[in-house]
Amino acid sequence: MRTIFYIVQKEFLQIFRNRMMLPIIFVIPVVQLLILSYAVTFEIKNIRLFIADSDNSVASRNLSSHLRSSPFYNIVDETPDPSVGTDLLQSGKIHQMLVIPRGFEKDLALANKAQVQIITDAINGSAAALMNSYTMSVVNDYNRAIIAEIAPDAGQPVAVTWSYWFNPELDYKTYMVPGILVLLVTIIGMFLSGMNVVREKETGTIEQINVTPIRKFEFIAGKLIPFWIIALFELAFGLILAKFVFNIPILGNVFLIFSVASVYLIAVMGIGLFISTITDTQQQSMFIAWFVLVIFILMSGLFTPVESMPQWARNLNLLNPIAYFIAIIRMIMLKGSVFQDIINNFLILSFYGLSMLLLSVWRYRKTT
Amino acid sequence: MQTSEYAIEAHGLVKKFGNFVANDHLTFDVKKGEIFGFLGANGAGKTTAMKILCGLLLPTSGKIKVAGFDVYTQTNLIKKHIGYMSQKFSLYEDLSIEENFRFYGGIYGLSRKQIAERTSTMLKKLDIEPLRKSLISSLPLGIRQKLAFSVAIIHSPGIVFLDEPTGGVDPITRRQFWEMIYEASEQGITVFVTTHYMDEAEYCNRVSIMVDGRIEALGTPGELKKKFDATDMNQVFLKLARKAG
Repeated sequence: MRTIFYIVQKEFLQIFRNRMMLPIIFVIPVVQLLILSYAVTFEIKNIRLFIADSDNSVASRNLSSHLRSSPFYNIVDETPDPSVGTDLLQSGKIHQMLVIPRGFEKDLALANKAQVQIITDAINGSAAALMNSYTMSVVNDYNRAIIAEIAPDAGQPVAVTWSYWFNPELDYKTYMVPGILVLLVTIIGMFLSGMNVVREKETGTIEQINVTPIRKFEFIAGKLIPFWIIALFELAFGLILAKFVFNIPILGNVFLIFSVASVYLIAVMGIGLFISTITDTQQQSMFIAWFVLVIFILMSGLFTPVESMPQWARNLNLLNPIAYFIAIIRMIMLKGSVFQDIINNFLILSFYGLSMLLLSVWRYRKTT
Repeated sequence: MQTSEYAIEAHGLVKKFGNFVANDHLTFDVKKGEIFGFLGANGAGKTTAMKILCGLLLPTSGKIKVAGFDVYTQTNLIKKHIGYMSQKFSLYEDLSIEENFRFYGGIYGLSRKQIAERTSTMLKKLDIEPLRKSLISSLPLGIRQKLAFSVAIIHSPGIVFLDEPTGGVDPITRRQFWEMIYEASEQGITVFVTTHYMDEAEYCNRVSIMVDGRIEALGTPGELKKKFDATDMNQVFLKLARKAG
């Protein structure tokens, strides 16, 4: 145990003697929280819409005025000729085009049935789906207005009321910030701890360590503990920022968040250490860590919902510690979940952490 | 624990890397308290053999005991009884002298008091007490090498392995370094040192000369000079190297 203490002491001296370290610890969380939580949003405002109204009737103008009055649309142009809109779509100047065919009003009056066409630039699939559903709901509004005019007593067969739980204002920041906190501790845990061991390989000091009677678990523990403490401190700093700067609700128990984080960190640091035991230079280890991290982050459900991923991708996520922690931290912070709610994920993370730790202790060789 | 009169016993030590034979059946003994010079040209296999003796590398075959312990099964016991100064610089450059001593003393299990005492003694001996809190990166190479040696023997090991300890330092520092080696030897520490400076071979009690992975000569400097009809160790070495041609 004394040996571990001496390693931890030495690591802290080296960490804080590195002039880049303090800025990294304090600047990264602020920048990440600010940029990611404000910039990354799924809400779509300013849909650039083109209306090709070939009918030019009272009915068609009524429909387009519905769209004009919505705050989400920016009507780029309105001409009877759809080919103008096709060109605009092609050149990327508009997102969406609404085509009202000739005879729209007549069909509506005679057959009680008319057609319009919505064409959406679907390069970004999820944005396209969202714009499509916005426009559909505007058209539905218009439908209801017509029905009300024709048959005022008809009413609506099924009335739907809704409420949004856990994030009533559908604030995107509320959804993003807990996930970004996870990213924060992950980056510290995975990169710094991994880099550190490889650096000793590069400077040659590892050889000097390897001729001492130090035990493998002592070495690994001595390397983990400092970054584990720094990452938990980082989480505390991030939570304070989240609470007081971004007004993100923290409904659940803060200590529960920290206990999950403690276990989670062991898992990601274990991955970082494992990478460092199979690489010889900081460059190699950086590359592999980055590769692993990018996949984990993109699949984690931070930016895209896990539920909409194909089954094989969801299965792959069973191996993704970031996905577990993001799910847990959102539950605790936004729903106020208690330990019983997250126990399964918690146990999986514990198992994960233990395995990664054993793996890196096993892989670390004092004798080659 | 140590019953034999030998600090190191190697019989038929072989190390192969794929098809390349780095150490070809090395057989030698090092007596306790001896200064044993392990000579050879660059790439002759000195460092490989030394790493095996330190428990950093497993041999391919051979019977080898260091400090009475087997290099295959008892590496951790060996590591308790040896010190090692590698060719590559081994102190932490971003730590001070004092902090380096404390760290290495700590992981060898010395008490706080022992660490403090030995640090003071070493600094006094090297006459660099005012530099106690200086970072290693700010010190000249000569002082660093002496410090690395001091760290290697901070836990008073039975044997210390020095891998080209005087590479790249000036003649005066080399001279001082050898005085430190003698001092360690007087305290009963067996010294196993590799070098390719042949004048340093004269300082050793016994030397072995390696050529292409084999030990070609073994004995006291006097014996070797007589055997090869040479006036100094440099000639001995050149004669051996030409033979290998």
